[in-house]
Amino acid sequence: MAKNYPLYIRSTPTENELKFHYMVHTSLDVVDEKISAMGKALVDQRELYLGLLYPTEDYKVYGYVTNSKVKFVMVVDSSNTALRDNEIRSMFRKLHNSYTDVMCNPFYNPGDRIQSRAFDNMVTSMMIQVC
Amino acid sequence: PLLLSEGEQQCYSELFARCAGAAGGGPGPGPPEASRVAPGTVTAAAGPVADLFRASQLPAETLHQITELCGAKRVGYFGPTQFYIALKLIAAAQSGLPVRIESIKCELPLPRFMMSKNDGEIRFGNPAELHGTKVQIPYITTEKNSFKRMDDEDKQQETQSPTMSPLASPPSSPPHYQRVPLSHGYSKLRSSAEQMHPAPYEARQPLVQPEGSSSGGPGTKPLRHQTSLIRSFSVERELQDNSSYLDEPWRITEEQREYYVNQFRSLQPDPSSFISGSVAKNFFTKSKLSIPELSYIWELSDADCDGALTLPEFCAAFHLIVARKNGYPLPEGLPPTLQPEYLQAAFPKPKWDCQLFDSYSESLPANQQPRDLNRMEKTSVKDTADLPVPTQDATGDDKQVLKSTVNEALPKDVSEDPASPKDSNSLKARPRSRSYSSTSIEEAMKRGEDPPTPPPRPQKTHSRASSLDLNKVFQPSVPATKSGLLPPPPALPPRPCPSQSEQVLEAELLPQLSRAPSQAAESSPSKKDVPYSQPPSKPIRRKFRPENQATENQEPSTVASGPASAATVKPHPTVQKQSSKQKKAIQTAIRKNKEANAVLARLNSELQQQLKEVHQERIALENQLEQLRPVTVL
Repeated sequence: MAKNYPLYIRSTPTENELKFHYMVHTSLDVVDEKISAMGKALVDQRELYLGLLYPTEDYKVYGYVTNSKVKFVMVVDSSNTALRDNEIRSMFRKLHNSYTDVMCNPFYNPGDRIQSRAFDNMVTSMMIQVC
Repeated sequence: PLLLSEGEQQCYSELFARCAGAAGGGPGPGPPEASRVAPGTVTAAAGPVADLFRASQLPAETLHQITELCGAKRVGYFGPTQFYIALKLIAAAQSGLPVRIESIKCELPLPRFMMSKNDGEIRFGNPAELHGTKVQIPYITTEKNSFKRMDDEDKQQETQSPTMSPLASPPSSPPHYQRVPLSHGYSKLRSSAEQMHPAPYEARQPLVQPEGSSSGGPGTKPLRHQTSLIRSFSVERELQDNSSYLDEPWRITEEQREYYVNQFRSLQPDPSSFISGSVAKNFFTKSKLSIPELSYIWELSDADCDGALTLPEFCAAFHLIVARKNGYPLPEGLPPTLQPEYLQAAFPKPKWDCQLFDSYSESLPANQQPRDLNRMEKTSVKDTADLPVPTQDATGDDKQVLKSTVNEALPKDVSEDPASPKDSNSLKARPRSRSYSSTSIEEAMKRGEDPPTPPPRPQKTHSRASSLDLNKVFQPSVPATKSGLLPPPPALPPRPCPSQSEQVLEAELLPQLSRAPSQAAESSPSKKDVPYSQPPSKPIRRKFRPENQATENQEPSTVASGPASAATVKPHPTVQKQSSKQKKAIQTAIRKNKEANAVLARLNSELQQQLKEVHQERIALENQLEQLRPVTVL
């Protein structure tokens, strides 16, 4: 539990990054709770939850956990209602694929911050697509 | 204000005359780069003075400073005064002094210039320019010696006429500063770089020696440029100087290609298979580049992101490393000339043949040769070529012994599909085995056609000791370990029979599948591992297959004689005959692996769904139970 540090954080330039850090951290608790509720056998492929509606600002937080307990957290503005469930799922899938590509690199030590340019590009393209 | 010694006077006046004469007028201002032509100058950018300054091998900023200091920028041309001051400043810079007017007040050695000639002539001081004939070598040596002599004499300020001789009259042809247009020089470089290939190493050797013995400091600076270990270094250096490279630095020359292929072979005897990630990582780490850079290079070159490098990918990666070490910035994307398809098309693999033994024996002497040549190169400061030598030494013995054991086991394995694992596949698959072997094992079991292969690491879930005779398990694996081949521990656990373990299969598959979600990643390691696991498991496999009980008798005898090299002779003809069949067998095995992979993945997802549902049911039931319980307690 003590080792929850972000491997990668990216936000659109309009927002305050620190706020996102905070939101991500709080959402981690919810994610962990969900994982443990599943039972100890297997990790779910994907979990989707809406509900962290912040008082002043509507936004949705989506979570996704890989089989190796790496958590992806996505925060989107609720004003952007065009995002459907499928799109979120596909985005998480893309994230997961890029993450495995990063892992394939023998020079990447699991637990390092992700510095792969391909990963960056993919995330940027996704964010541009959404915003 | 400038005091020149007699020797300097002579040298400078001659240089000035040469520049003036070549230009047909006053030498133009010599900004080292075309883009920096000062406004108001009359002459074109690539003047003889510019060439001369470039030949001094000083960095561009220094040359700029010198140009400014000497006043050429101010007056707009290189008159005699400016020229002499500039030469003195060059000498100061080459001696390591700062570029200031004050530095030229003291006595200095003569500035040293690498002579640049026009087409067909030698640009000594840069091996990239050398034509690959031995005639040039003694010339180069004499040039270097004369350079050294020049240094010595400079210090004593003696008459400069002998020192001018190398500049004035090399044996082949008199050097003179020619106006070499940038593009022309560039194309000349390319062609000469090609020509250089036949005898690069020999040419470099005499250069190495003078460097070792020449005076330190700036004197060796130009020499050091020449003693680059990797050929592409010098080629690209020149290209950089000419500042007109487009994507040429990313183009792999034939010579480089051969070198890379040899390096590949040293890591992986079979040129058509992969180098695993960890092997490549160790190899490239020796190049002393930083880990993020290596990581980025890997990202660029591993196009299919499978964690392994094929030969084209490896060449691309190597080339990028070489370029990076020479100061090239890494590209944003893989250049078109380094794409795997391009590399495969442009350089069809020449020496690869189906005959494993032949290719193996070829590669070994081929490896010897570059190893020696590499040793020659390595005498200089650059350390990148340390890469191949240790790996070659390390794998040489391994290959030998592995080959013998493989050949031993081969005749026994006629009935197997992915039969006759080549030593290459074994070696290649070996480092990956730990992470992926279980996948292939289960697939093999599921298929039922291939005998189950033991995982390299003992797994606690497979506790079926009762079904097997452990002695037999250990015995055949001992020769394998004796040969020093295989890292997997000798205590290979007995494999479950194919009929059992549907659940175990999946349970193990899940972690592995999740680890490598993409099909490609799985199929390739599984492909590698099935052949890999053949040699060590071949003797063991016999036990698991009841129908092959008869062959067990043959096993101990052959295995006992495994490491014997004499035994390698007889299987060789069999190997050669079987190699093409085996390739097809391997390909069919690969296809089957992939299908099994897909099936298992589907099965996996279905089971996960079921599991989820079951969980939900369970939660619901538990809730009900809790609701009911208080009632009963009361």
